[in-house]
Amino acid sequence: MREIAYDDLVKSVKAMVMHTASHLPEDALKAIEEAYENEKSEVARSVLKQILDNAHLASEEDRPLCQDTGLAVYFINVGEEVKVVGGSIRDAINQATEEAYKEGYLRASTCDCFDRHNLKDEVGYNLPAVIHFDIVPGDKIEIEYAAKGGGSENVSRATVLAPAQGKEGIKNFVKQVISDAGPNPCPPIIVGVGIGGTFEVAAKSSKHALFREAGTPNPDADLDAFEKELKEELNKLGIGAMGMGGTQTVLAVHIEKNPCHIASLPVSVNVQCHSSRHSHITL
Amino acid sequence: MAEYHMTTPLTDEDVSKLEAGDIVYLNGTIYTARDAAHKRLVDLIEKGEQLPFDLKGSVIYFVGPTPPKPGEPIGSAGPTTSYRMDSYSPILIEHGQKGMIGKGKRNEAVKEACKKHKAVYFGATGGAGALIAKAIKEAEVIAYPELGPEAIRKLKVEEFPVTVINDTHGNDLYEMGRAKYEVKD
Repeated sequence: MREIAYDDLVKSVKAMVMHTASHLPEDALKAIEEAYENEKSEVARSVLKQILDNAHLASEEDRPLCQDTGLAVYFINVGEEVKVVGGSIRDAINQATEEAYKEGYLRASTCDCFDRHNLKDEVGYNLPAVIHFDIVPGDKIEIEYAAKGGGSENVSRATVLAPAQGKEGIKNFVKQVISDAGPNPCPPIIVGVGIGGTFEVAAKSSKHALFREAGTPNPDADLDAFEKELKEELNKLGIGAMGMGGTQTVLAVHIEKNPCHIASLPVSVNVQCHSSRHSHITL
Repeated sequence: MAEYHMTTPLTDEDVSKLEAGDIVYLNGTIYTARDAAHKRLVDLIEKGEQLPFDLKGSVIYFVGPTPPKPGEPIGSAGPTTSYRMDSYSPILIEHGQKGMIGKGKRNEAVKEACKKHKAVYFGATGGAGALIAKAIKEAEVIAYPELGPEAIRKLKVEEFPVTVINDTHGNDLYEMGRAKYEVKD
Protein backbone atom coordinates (compact mmCIF):
# COMPACT_ATOMS: atom_id res chain seq x y z
CA MET A 1 0.00 0.00 0.00
CA ARG A 2 1.51 3.31 -1.10
CA GLU A 3 1.38 6.10 1.48
CA ILE A 4 0.91 9.83 1.02
CA ALA A 5 1.46 12.18 3.95
CA TYR A 6 -1.55 14.27 4.95
CA ASP A 7 0.55 17.45 5.04
CA ASP A 8 1.87 16.85 1.52
CA LEU A 9 -1.67 16.44 0.23
CA VAL A 10 -2.75 19.70 1.90
CA LYS A 11 0.26 21.54 0.49
CA SER A 12 -0.30 20.37 -3.10
CA VAL A 13 -4.04 21.06 -3.15
CA LYS A 14 -3.63 24.46 -1.49
CA ALA A 15 -1.08 25.57 -4.09
CA MET A 16 -3.41 24.43 -6.89
CA VAL A 17 -6.43 26.27 -5.47
CA MET A 18 -4.52 29.53 -4.96
CA HIS A 19 -3.02 29.42 -8.44
CA THR A 20 -6.33 28.62 -10.14
CA ALA A 21 -8.06 31.73 -8.74
CA SER A 22 -5.83 34.10 -10.65
CA HIS A 23 -4.56 32.10 -13.64
CA LEU A 24 -7.00 31.27 -16.41
CA PRO A 25 -5.94 27.89 -17.82
CA GLU A 26 -4.56 27.67 -21.36
CA ASP A 27 -7.61 25.92 -22.81
CA ALA A 28 -10.02 28.66 -21.70
CA LEU A 29 -7.65 31.40 -22.77
CA LYS A 30 -7.23 29.87 -26.22
CA ALA A 31 -10.99 29.40 -26.66
CA ILE A 32 -11.66 33.05 -25.75
CA GLU A 33 -8.92 34.23 -28.11
CA GLU A 34 -10.56 32.23 -30.91
CA ALA A 35 -13.95 33.73 -30.07
CA TYR A 36 -12.36 37.18 -30.21
CA GLU A 37 -10.94 36.44 -33.67
CA ASN A 38 -14.26 35.09 -34.99
CA GLU A 39 -16.71 37.54 -33.40
CA LYS A 40 -18.54 39.81 -35.86
CA SER A 41 -20.06 42.26 -33.37
CA GLU A 42 -17.80 45.18 -32.44
CA VAL A 43 -19.49 45.53 -29.03
CA ALA A 44 -18.94 41.85 -28.26
CA ARG A 45 -15.35 42.08 -29.45
CA SER A 46 -14.68 44.92 -27.03
CA VAL A 47 -16.12 42.78 -24.21
CA LEU A 48 -13.93 39.82 -25.22
CA LYS A 49 -10.93 42.13 -25.27
CA GLN A 50 -11.72 43.20 -21.70
CA ILE A 51 -12.00 39.56 -20.67
CA LEU A 52 -8.58 38.78 -22.18
CA ASP A 53 -7.01 41.92 -20.66
CA ASN A 54 -8.45 40.88 -17.31
CA ALA A 55 -6.94 37.40 -17.62
CA HIS A 56 -3.48 38.78 -18.37
CA LEU A 57 -3.69 41.35 -15.56
CA ALA A 58 -4.93 38.78 -13.02
CA SER A 59 -2.11 36.43 -13.88
CA GLU A 60 0.63 39.10 -13.85
CA GLU A 61 -0.50 40.64 -10.57
CA ASP A 62 -1.78 37.46 -8.96
CA ARG A 63 -5.28 38.89 -8.43
CA PRO A 64 -8.48 36.85 -8.49
CA LEU A 65 -9.89 36.77 -12.04
CA CYS A 66 -13.39 37.33 -10.69
CA GLN A 67 -14.78 38.48 -7.35
CA ASP A 68 -16.88 35.32 -7.33
CA THR A 69 -14.06 32.98 -6.44
CA GLY A 70 -16.60 30.19 -6.35
CA LEU A 71 -17.39 27.18 -4.31
CA ALA A 72 -14.43 24.79 -4.38
CA VAL A 73 -15.53 21.72 -6.35
CA TYR A 74 -13.42 18.55 -6.54
CA PHE A 75 -13.65 15.24 -8.38
CA ILE A 76 -11.24 12.89 -6.66
CA ASN A 77 -10.28 9.41 -7.83
CA VAL A 78 -8.62 7.49 -5.02
CA GLY A 79 -6.57 4.44 -6.01
CA GLU A 80 -7.32 1.23 -4.15
CA GLU A 81 -3.64 0.81 -3.30
CA VAL A 82 -2.91 4.20 -1.74
CA LYS A 83 -3.67 5.63 1.65
CA VAL A 84 -3.24 9.01 3.28
CA VAL A 85 -1.44 8.88 6.61
CA GLY A 86 -1.89 11.48 9.33
CA GLY A 87 -5.49 12.35 8.60
CA SER A 88 -8.42 11.82 6.25
CA ILE A 89 -8.49 12.86 2.61
CA ARG A 90 -11.66 14.88 3.18
CA ASP A 91 -10.08 16.82 6.04
CA ALA A 92 -6.99 17.48 3.94
CA ILE A 93 -9.07 18.86 1.05
CA ASN A 94 -11.12 21.07 3.36
CA GLN A 95 -8.02 22.33 5.16
CA ALA A 96 -6.30 23.11 1.85
CA THR A 97 -9.41 24.89 0.58
CA GLU A 98 -9.79 27.02 3.70
CA GLU A 99 -6.11 27.99 3.84
CA ALA A 100 -5.98 28.82 0.13
CA TYR A 101 -9.12 30.99 0.26
CA LYS A 102 -7.94 32.81 3.38
CA GLU A 103 -4.33 33.33 2.43
CA GLY A 104 -5.15 34.10 -1.22
CA TYR A 105 -7.63 36.84 -0.22
CA LEU A 106 -10.38 34.93 -2.01
CA ARG A 107 -14.06 35.43 -1.20
CA ALA A 108 -15.87 33.01 1.09
CA SER A 109 -19.26 32.40 -0.52
CA THR A 110 -20.82 29.45 1.33
CA CYS A 111 -23.93 30.26 3.33
CA ASP A 112 -26.92 28.62 4.97
CA CYS A 113 -29.69 27.85 2.47
CA PHE A 114 -32.40 29.67 4.36
CA ASP A 115 -31.07 32.46 6.53
CA ARG A 116 -28.29 33.13 3.95
CA HIS A 117 -25.80 33.58 6.80
CA ASN A 118 -22.18 33.15 5.60
CA LEU A 119 -20.74 30.02 7.23
CA LYS A 120 -17.12 31.21 7.33
CA ASP A 121 -16.92 31.53 11.11
CA GLU A 122 -18.72 28.34 12.13
CA VAL A 123 -18.09 25.75 9.39
CA GLY A 124 -14.92 27.30 7.97
CA TYR A 125 -13.84 29.86 5.39
CA ASN A 126 -15.59 28.83 2.13
CA LEU A 127 -16.24 25.38 3.58
CA PRO A 128 -17.34 22.70 3.16
CA ALA A 129 -15.69 22.00 -0.18
CA VAL A 130 -17.88 20.10 -2.65
CA ILE A 131 -16.15 16.74 -3.07
CA HIS A 132 -17.11 13.87 -5.40
CA PHE A 133 -15.08 10.79 -4.53
CA ASP A 134 -14.58 7.67 -6.60
CA ILE A 135 -12.52 4.53 -5.92
CA VAL A 136 -10.36 3.37 -8.83
CA PRO A 137 -7.63 0.78 -9.43
CA GLY A 138 -4.01 1.87 -8.89
CA ASP A 139 -1.89 3.64 -6.28
CA LYS A 140 -2.48 7.27 -7.22
CA ILE A 141 -4.81 10.02 -6.10
CA GLU A 142 -6.12 12.09 -9.02
CA ILE A 143 -7.68 15.42 -8.12
CA GLU A 144 -9.66 17.59 -10.52
CA TYR A 145 -10.56 21.01 -9.18
CA ALA A 146 -12.73 23.93 -10.26
CA ALA A 147 -13.66 27.23 -8.63
CA LYS A 148 -17.33 27.29 -9.61
CA GLY A 149 -19.12 30.63 -9.65
CA GLY A 150 -22.78 31.17 -8.80
CA GLY A 151 -24.00 33.15 -11.81
CA SER A 152 -23.53 30.31 -14.27
CA GLU A 153 -24.69 27.70 -11.76
CA ASN A 154 -27.98 29.60 -11.35
CA VAL A 155 -29.04 29.04 -14.97
CA SER A 156 -28.21 25.30 -14.95
CA ARG A 157 -31.15 22.89 -15.30
CA ALA A 158 -31.97 19.17 -15.28
CA THR A 159 -34.91 17.18 -16.58
CA VAL A 160 -35.95 13.64 -17.48
CA LEU A 161 -37.15 13.27 -21.06
CA ALA A 162 -39.18 10.45 -22.55
CA PRO A 163 -36.87 8.06 -24.45
CA ALA A 164 -38.79 8.77 -27.68
CA GLN A 165 -37.68 12.41 -27.54
CA GLY A 166 -34.12 11.23 -28.22
CA LYS A 167 -31.40 13.53 -29.55
CA GLU A 168 -33.90 16.04 -30.88
CA GLY A 169 -35.42 16.38 -27.41
CA ILE A 170 -31.99 16.82 -25.85
CA LYS A 171 -31.09 19.46 -28.40
CA ASN A 172 -34.31 21.39 -27.75
CA PHE A 173 -33.82 21.23 -23.99
CA VAL A 174 -30.22 22.47 -24.16
CA LYS A 175 -31.23 25.28 -26.52
CA GLN A 176 -34.05 26.35 -24.24
CA VAL A 177 -31.80 26.44 -21.18
CA ILE A 178 -29.13 28.55 -22.90
CA SER A 179 -31.70 30.81 -24.56
CA ASP A 180 -33.44 31.49 -21.23
CA ALA A 181 -30.08 32.12 -19.57
CA GLY A 182 -29.22 34.89 -22.06
CA PRO A 183 -26.64 37.30 -20.63
CA ASN A 184 -26.86 36.06 -17.02
CA PRO A 185 -24.19 33.30 -16.88
CA CYS A 186 -21.41 35.58 -18.29
CA PRO A 187 -21.07 34.30 -21.85
CA PRO A 188 -19.11 33.14 -23.76
CA ILE A 189 -19.84 29.96 -21.86
CA ILE A 190 -18.88 26.30 -21.76
CA VAL A 191 -21.90 24.00 -21.70
CA GLY A 192 -21.64 20.69 -19.83
CA VAL A 193 -24.32 18.17 -20.79
CA GLY A 194 -24.88 14.99 -18.78
CA ILE A 195 -27.06 12.44 -20.50
CA GLY A 196 -28.44 9.21 -19.09
CA GLY A 197 -27.82 7.50 -15.77
CA THR A 198 -30.30 8.38 -13.06
CA PHE A 199 -31.44 11.91 -12.24
CA GLU A 200 -28.42 12.69 -10.04
CA VAL A 201 -25.93 10.88 -12.29
CA ALA A 202 -26.92 13.11 -15.22
CA ALA A 203 -26.39 16.21 -13.05
CA LYS A 204 -23.02 15.00 -11.79
CA SER A 205 -21.94 14.11 -15.34
CA SER A 206 -22.88 17.57 -16.59
CA LYS A 207 -20.63 19.05 -13.91
CA HIS A 208 -17.77 16.68 -14.65
CA ALA A 209 -18.06 17.43 -18.39
CA LEU A 210 -16.98 21.01 -17.59
CA PHE A 211 -13.61 19.76 -16.31
CA ARG A 212 -12.53 18.52 -19.73
CA GLU A 213 -10.07 20.73 -21.58
CA ALA A 214 -12.04 23.01 -23.91
CA GLY A 215 -11.11 22.37 -27.51
CA THR A 216 -10.27 18.69 -27.02
CA PRO A 217 -12.43 16.22 -28.95
CA ASN A 218 -14.87 13.90 -27.21
CA PRO A 219 -13.32 10.40 -27.36
CA ASP A 220 -16.69 9.07 -28.56
CA ALA A 221 -17.02 10.05 -32.26
CA ASP A 222 -20.84 10.25 -32.18
CA LEU A 223 -20.82 12.46 -29.11
CA ASP A 224 -18.10 14.59 -30.66
CA ALA A 225 -20.31 15.22 -33.70
CA PHE A 226 -23.29 15.95 -31.42
CA GLU A 227 -21.18 18.45 -29.42
CA LYS A 228 -20.23 20.30 -32.58
CA GLU A 229 -23.83 20.33 -33.80
CA LEU A 230 -25.04 21.72 -30.46
CA LYS A 231 -22.34 24.39 -30.40
CA GLU A 232 -23.36 25.59 -33.85
CA GLU A 233 -27.04 25.62 -32.90
CA LEU A 234 -26.39 27.52 -29.68
CA ASN A 235 -24.27 30.14 -31.41
CA LYS A 236 -27.25 30.87 -33.66
CA LEU A 237 -29.03 32.29 -30.61
CA GLY A 238 -27.07 35.53 -31.08
CA ILE A 239 -26.54 36.15 -27.35
CA GLY A 240 -22.84 37.04 -27.65
CA ALA A 241 -20.28 38.04 -25.03
CA MET A 242 -22.03 39.28 -21.86
CA GLY A 243 -25.31 39.02 -23.80
CA MET A 244 -24.74 42.17 -25.81
CA GLY A 245 -25.39 40.38 -29.09
CA GLY A 246 -22.91 38.44 -31.18
CA THR A 247 -21.93 35.26 -32.93
CA GLN A 248 -19.75 33.77 -30.17
CA THR A 249 -21.93 32.66 -27.25
CA VAL A 250 -20.55 29.19 -26.63
CA LEU A 251 -16.85 28.33 -26.40
CA ALA A 252 -17.48 24.58 -26.23
CA VAL A 253 -20.12 21.94 -25.54
CA HIS A 254 -18.96 18.91 -23.55
CA ILE A 255 -21.12 15.80 -23.25
CA GLU A 256 -20.85 12.81 -20.92
CA LYS A 257 -23.27 9.93 -21.29
CA ASN A 258 -24.25 6.99 -19.09
CA PRO A 259 -26.43 3.92 -19.53
CA CYS A 260 -29.94 4.62 -18.22
CA HIS A 261 -33.25 2.97 -17.31
CA ILE A 262 -35.35 1.69 -20.24
CA ALA A 263 -38.09 4.14 -19.20
CA SER A 264 -35.97 7.28 -18.87
CA LEU A 265 -33.74 9.78 -20.64
CA PRO A 266 -32.28 12.09 -17.96
CA VAL A 267 -30.57 15.24 -19.24
CA SER A 268 -28.72 17.87 -17.26
CA VAL A 269 -27.14 21.11 -18.45
CA ASN A 270 -24.47 22.69 -16.27
CA VAL A 271 -23.18 26.05 -17.44
CA GLN A 272 -19.67 27.40 -16.93
CA CYS A 273 -18.90 31.11 -17.37
CA HIS A 274 -15.96 32.27 -19.49
CA SER A 275 -13.80 32.38 -16.37
CA SER A 276 -13.35 28.61 -16.49
CA ARG A 277 -11.00 28.16 -13.58
CA HIS A 278 -10.06 24.53 -13.35
CA SER A 279 -6.95 22.47 -12.70
CA HIS A 280 -5.83 18.94 -11.85
CA ILE A 281 -3.03 17.14 -10.08
CA THR A 282 -2.04 13.51 -9.66
CA LEU A 283 -0.28 12.39 -6.51
CA MET B 1 -23.10 54.48 -30.24
CA ALA B 2 -21.71 57.37 -28.28
CA GLU B 3 -19.08 57.58 -25.58
CA TYR B 4 -19.48 59.74 -22.48
CA HIS B 5 -17.46 60.64 -19.42
CA MET B 6 -19.74 61.43 -16.49
CA THR B 7 -19.34 62.42 -12.85
CA THR B 8 -21.75 61.43 -10.08
CA PRO B 9 -24.24 62.43 -8.82
CA LEU B 10 -26.05 61.98 -12.14
CA THR B 11 -28.86 64.32 -13.18
CA ASP B 12 -32.03 63.71 -15.22
CA GLU B 13 -30.29 65.54 -18.03
CA ASP B 14 -27.24 63.24 -17.85
CA VAL B 15 -29.21 60.02 -18.01
CA SER B 16 -31.80 61.20 -20.55
CA LYS B 17 -29.18 61.60 -23.27
CA LEU B 18 -27.89 58.05 -22.84
CA GLU B 19 -29.01 55.32 -25.20
CA ALA B 20 -28.69 51.55 -24.98
CA GLY B 21 -25.25 50.59 -26.33
CA ASP B 22 -23.50 53.82 -25.31
CA ILE B 23 -20.23 53.48 -23.42
CA VAL B 24 -19.91 55.56 -20.26
CA TYR B 25 -16.84 56.16 -18.11
CA LEU B 26 -18.01 57.00 -14.61
CA ASN B 27 -16.15 59.22 -12.16
CA GLY B 28 -16.83 60.26 -8.59
CA THR B 29 -18.63 58.34 -5.87
CA ILE B 30 -20.65 55.17 -6.36
CA TYR B 31 -22.09 52.81 -3.73
CA THR B 32 -22.05 49.03 -3.57
CA ALA B 33 -25.01 46.90 -2.53
CA ARG B 34 -26.24 43.37 -3.16
CA ASP B 35 -29.47 41.58 -2.16
CA ALA B 36 -29.15 41.83 1.62
CA ALA B 37 -28.19 45.52 1.62
CA HIS B 38 -30.98 46.35 -0.85
CA LYS B 39 -33.51 44.75 1.43
CA ARG B 40 -32.33 46.90 4.34
CA LEU B 41 -32.41 50.10 2.26
CA VAL B 42 -35.97 49.41 1.16
CA ASP B 43 -36.99 48.61 4.74
CA LEU B 44 -35.61 52.01 5.84
CA ILE B 45 -37.55 53.79 3.08
CA GLU B 46 -40.74 52.02 4.09
CA LYS B 47 -40.24 53.03 7.72
CA GLY B 48 -39.46 56.59 6.66
CA GLU B 49 -35.98 56.45 8.19
CA GLN B 50 -32.72 57.98 7.00
CA LEU B 51 -30.59 56.02 4.54
CA PRO B 52 -26.81 55.56 5.04
CA PHE B 53 -26.18 57.65 1.89
CA ASP B 54 -28.05 60.16 -0.25
CA LEU B 55 -30.00 58.34 -2.96
CA LYS B 56 -30.50 61.45 -5.07
CA GLY B 57 -28.47 61.11 -8.27
CA SER B 58 -26.73 58.03 -6.89
CA VAL B 59 -25.26 55.09 -8.75
CA ILE B 60 -25.35 51.68 -7.06
CA TYR B 61 -22.95 48.94 -8.09
CA PHE B 62 -24.09 45.34 -7.55
CA VAL B 63 -20.86 43.75 -6.33
CA GLY B 64 -19.45 41.62 -3.55
CA PRO B 65 -15.68 42.12 -3.86
CA THR B 66 -12.94 39.77 -2.72
CA PRO B 67 -11.08 40.92 0.43
CA PRO B 68 -8.43 43.55 -0.36
CA LYS B 69 -4.80 42.61 -0.09
CA PRO B 70 -2.89 44.77 2.45
CA GLY B 71 -2.40 48.30 1.14
CA GLU B 72 -5.05 48.04 -1.58
CA PRO B 73 -8.47 49.71 -1.53
CA ILE B 74 -10.40 46.69 -2.78
CA GLY B 75 -9.97 43.16 -4.13
CA SER B 76 -11.41 41.93 -7.43
CA ALA B 77 -14.70 43.70 -8.02
CA GLY B 78 -16.75 42.68 -11.05
CA PRO B 79 -20.55 42.85 -11.26
CA THR B 80 -22.94 40.25 -9.89
CA THR B 81 -26.16 39.15 -11.64
CA SER B 82 -28.73 41.92 -11.29
CA TYR B 83 -32.12 40.17 -11.34
CA ARG B 84 -31.82 39.49 -7.62
CA MET B 85 -32.19 43.24 -7.07
CA ASP B 86 -35.27 43.55 -9.34
CA SER B 87 -37.78 43.66 -6.51
CA TYR B 88 -35.92 46.49 -4.77
CA SER B 89 -34.54 48.71 -7.56
CA PRO B 90 -37.85 50.36 -8.61
CA ILE B 91 -38.37 51.67 -5.06
CA LEU B 92 -34.85 53.13 -4.93
CA ILE B 93 -35.27 54.66 -8.38
CA GLU B 94 -38.52 56.25 -7.28
CA HIS B 95 -36.56 57.86 -4.44
CA GLY B 96 -33.85 59.36 -6.61
CA GLN B 97 -31.38 56.68 -7.66
CA LYS B 98 -30.16 57.39 -11.20
CA GLY B 99 -27.90 54.50 -12.09
CA MET B 100 -27.40 50.78 -11.44
CA ILE B 101 -24.36 48.76 -12.47
CA GLY B 102 -24.56 44.99 -12.80
CA LYS B 103 -24.84 42.22 -15.35
CA GLY B 104 -27.75 40.29 -16.81
CA LYS B 105 -31.42 40.89 -17.53
CA ARG B 106 -33.78 43.16 -15.54
CA ASN B 107 -37.53 42.70 -15.29
CA GLU B 108 -40.26 44.91 -16.73
CA ALA B 109 -40.82 46.74 -13.44
CA VAL B 110 -37.20 47.95 -13.41
CA LYS B 111 -37.31 48.98 -17.06
CA GLU B 112 -40.59 50.82 -16.45
CA ALA B 113 -39.08 52.63 -13.43
CA CYS B 114 -36.11 53.67 -15.59
CA LYS B 115 -38.50 55.25 -18.08
CA LYS B 116 -40.85 56.84 -15.57
CA HIS B 117 -38.31 58.28 -13.13
CA LYS B 118 -35.35 58.68 -15.50
CA ALA B 119 -32.70 56.17 -14.52
CA VAL B 120 -30.38 53.86 -16.42
CA TYR B 121 -29.09 50.32 -15.98
CA PHE B 122 -25.44 49.94 -16.89
CA GLY B 123 -23.69 46.65 -17.64
CA ALA B 124 -20.11 46.00 -16.57
CA THR B 125 -18.13 43.02 -17.85
CA GLY B 126 -18.73 40.02 -15.60
CA GLY B 127 -15.61 38.09 -14.76
CA ALA B 128 -13.36 41.10 -15.34
CA GLY B 129 -12.98 41.71 -11.62
CA ALA B 130 -9.23 42.35 -11.61
CA LEU B 131 -9.45 44.86 -14.47
CA ILE B 132 -12.45 46.73 -13.05
CA ALA B 133 -10.77 47.02 -9.63
CA LYS B 134 -8.15 49.26 -11.30
CA ALA B 135 -10.82 51.95 -11.74
CA ILE B 136 -11.64 51.91 -8.01
CA LYS B 137 -9.32 54.26 -6.15
CA GLU B 138 -10.83 54.27 -2.66
CA ALA B 139 -13.29 52.07 -0.80
CA GLU B 140 -14.89 52.55 2.60
CA VAL B 141 -17.54 50.45 4.31
CA ILE B 142 -20.27 52.92 5.31
CA ALA B 143 -23.04 50.54 6.45
CA TYR B 144 -23.74 46.96 7.50
CA PRO B 145 -20.13 45.73 8.02
CA GLU B 146 -21.61 42.49 9.40
CA LEU B 147 -22.66 41.59 5.84
CA GLY B 148 -18.99 41.13 4.88
CA PRO B 149 -18.67 41.25 1.07
CA GLU B 150 -22.30 42.40 0.95
CA ALA B 151 -21.75 45.50 3.14
CA ILE B 152 -22.44 48.91 1.61
CA ARG B 153 -19.22 50.50 0.44
CA LYS B 154 -18.59 54.00 -0.78
CA LEU B 155 -16.25 53.80 -3.76
CA LYS B 156 -14.27 56.55 -5.42
CA VAL B 157 -13.96 55.64 -9.09
CA GLU B 158 -12.06 57.03 -12.06
CA GLU B 159 -13.10 56.25 -15.63
CA PHE B 160 -15.08 53.20 -14.51
CA PRO B 161 -16.15 51.56 -17.82
CA VAL B 162 -19.83 50.59 -18.30
CA THR B 163 -22.25 50.06 -21.18
CA VAL B 164 -25.84 51.30 -21.16
CA ILE B 165 -28.18 48.28 -21.19
CA ASN B 166 -31.55 49.84 -20.33
CA ASP B 167 -31.99 53.55 -21.09
CA THR B 168 -34.72 56.06 -20.17
CA HIS B 169 -36.47 55.50 -23.50
CA GLY B 170 -37.35 51.85 -22.96
CA ASN B 171 -34.55 50.33 -25.05
CA ASP B 172 -32.79 47.12 -23.99
CA LEU B 173 -29.33 46.37 -25.39
CA TYR B 174 -29.69 42.63 -24.65
CA GLU B 175 -32.80 42.43 -26.82
CA MET B 176 -31.41 44.68 -29.54
CA GLY B 177 -28.04 42.92 -29.71
CA ARG B 178 -29.54 39.46 -29.77
CA ALA B 179 -32.12 40.37 -32.44
CA LYS B 180 -29.29 41.56 -34.65
CA TYR B 181 -27.25 38.36 -34.44
CA GLU B 182 -29.89 35.68 -33.96
CA VAL B 183 -30.01 33.20 -36.87
CA LYS B 184 -33.51 31.80 -37.34
CA ASP B 185 -33.85 28.48 -39.18
